[in-house]
Amino acid sequence: MNKPINQSGWKPGTPVASDGSAHPTVTGNKALMLEEPLIFESGGADICGVDLPETPTDLPSRLGAFARKDAIGLPGLSEPQTVRHYTRLSRQNYGIDLGFFPLGSCTMKHNPRLNEKVARMPGFADVHPMQPTDTVQGALGVMNELAHWLITLTGMHGVAMSPKAGAHGELCGILCIRAALEARGDARKVVLVPESAHGTNPATAAFAGYSTEDIPATAEGRVDLEALKARLGPDVAAVMITNPNTCGLFERDLKEISDAVHAAGGFVYCDGANFNAIMGRVKPGDLGVDAMHINLHKTFSTPHGGGGPGSGPVVLSEALSPFGPLPFTAKTADGYVHLVEEENAQEYDHVQAFGRMTAFHGQMGMFTRALTYILSHGADGLRQAAGDAVLNANYILRQLESDLDAPFAASGPCMHEALFSDAGFAEGFSTLDLAKGLIDEGFHPMTVYFPLVVHGAMLVEPTETEAKSGIDQFIMAMRSLAERAKAGDAALKSAPHHAPRARLDEAQAARNPRLTWSAPDET
Amino acid sequence: MARYFTEEHEWIEVDGEAATIGITDYAQEQLGDVVFVEVPQTGTALEKGAEAAVVESVKAASDVYAPISGEVLEGNGALEADPELVNSSPEDEGWFFKMTVADKSELEGLMDAAAYKAFCDGL
Repeated sequence: MNKPINQSGWKPGTPVASDGSAHPTVTGNKALMLEEPLIFESGGADICGVDLPETPTDLPSRLGAFARKDAIGLPGLSEPQTVRHYTRLSRQNYGIDLGFFPLGSCTMKHNPRLNEKVARMPGFADVHPMQPTDTVQGALGVMNELAHWLITLTGMHGVAMSPKAGAHGELCGILCIRAALEARGDARKVVLVPESAHGTNPATAAFAGYSTEDIPATAEGRVDLEALKARLGPDVAAVMITNPNTCGLFERDLKEISDAVHAAGGFVYCDGANFNAIMGRVKPGDLGVDAMHINLHKTFSTPHGGGGPGSGPVVLSEALSPFGPLPFTAKTADGYVHLVEEENAQEYDHVQAFGRMTAFHGQMGMFTRALTYILSHGADGLRQAAGDAVLNANYILRQLESDLDAPFAASGPCMHEALFSDAGFAEGFSTLDLAKGLIDEGFHPMTVYFPLVVHGAMLVEPTETEAKSGIDQFIMAMRSLAERAKAGDAALKSAPHHAPRARLDEAQAARNPRLTWSAPDET
Repeated sequence: MARYFTEEHEWIEVDGEAATIGITDYAQEQLGDVVFVEVPQTGTALEKGAEAAVVESVKAASDVYAPISGEVLEGNGALEADPELVNSSPEDEGWFFKMTVADKSELEGLMDAAAYKAFCDGL
């Protein structure tokens, strides 16, 4: 460890000091670090980058009052100018393909290129949701097989594949619970959400028409079982629990919680966003979970975070499966994969569906990538991926616990994320300063100020993607930054100094956001 | 006039039949730069402990609870354009809303300035 990353001395963008005084260039470029204006500032409205035939101007218009009054003013650029514009912008971006992206609770992991190869096969990529089912048997087969493996991995009874992301999956699960309660004429009104759950959970419950109540966390960062039991009653529809939770800890009491909730007539929703840490090792079905979403775009490596859409299938218990949304796939003995929709739901004895979450079947591209990931890893590979993710997080936790305050370090091993606080920083220094310093060191910052139960939280999730050498570089950077924050190094307050842009005024951006571009003379 | 404090870091100043509510200096310090405040509509009936307002900072969004029961008399309209008043003057110009005092006995469980200071020191 403790060696600079680049021992030959070459560093991107090195020679220019942060104030730009040393060897300034007339263009503002710094060799391969290129300044780039907005696209509206670079093209001219009078320029057209493509060769189109003259537009006839004497056509009758049917737009009436809706016809444009002014020129549209889009910037004209040639194809190479356009390609360069976006390529240059992309060079100022940071992604998992560029380096360590330890965004806790978001599971930014490597997307194997095999996934991409399979997802681009024409039989999967070039199909339309309204094609006759006998022309898309391959695609439906993928959905059916993925559904099978998701059920198998979670030990559940059924799965709704169509939700498009984690929070959408949460809503689907809570709507199943509401449908099940309504079916038995039980108008429960309250959903309990522990402090250690994801922030989307109470929002989901409220959106589905429930009022929410907090359940406190214990000093060791887990759900307070006694407080939860004390609150259960005939008005509680469900408890939403994130496991592993946002403190990076496994909720050991989940089985006991489930039993208590079921005894009180409620349902257990498990936020499965952190399933990455336990796949192949724990089946939520064994823990009494009734519904859980799985973020394919996290656990099963399909790209996200600006790189692609999400996908949040929801696995369901036997009690909730009858209420799952349409459509879904069903394979008959002859090998044919049917699509079960409103017209034929009766045939498949699925008449209590609460409705649909989406117009069509879900995110096909994510399904193919996730199934590719599952099949190419196999049971042993998935188990190892979870194990490596947990090992990496514990390595970071133990390497840094003497440099940074780790509030739950004494609660035992963490799961896939390590949590630190800003306790011990010099007066006036906070988590934000350390996070900005991390940008200078070439890393994407971790999740900051979440979970809320920890002051100035820093939630680090390395995932199984990182090799030890990369993690060691990160630890070296974190140690240095922690030392600077504790010593009150003034330069850290104004970091980043080496990024394409200096520290931005986040408060101003949130208070007075400018979301549209207008020409300088119009502002 | 008497000023009371809650464990949720609201302050409440009672002046006769009306009370003014805001968040404490400690609370704004913890929240960081406040970027948005939603105050309750005039006439809203609030139960003690009910969610009354929302404050959003660069770090987090939090609920502000009604320290007592009563009816909202007025929200601080200035916070819509200048949410930073909560940072610059939390216990004066950055007040959130005014309300009636339905039941004076509800004030008894609240802290005075000294007790609140001791409460914050213990956090």
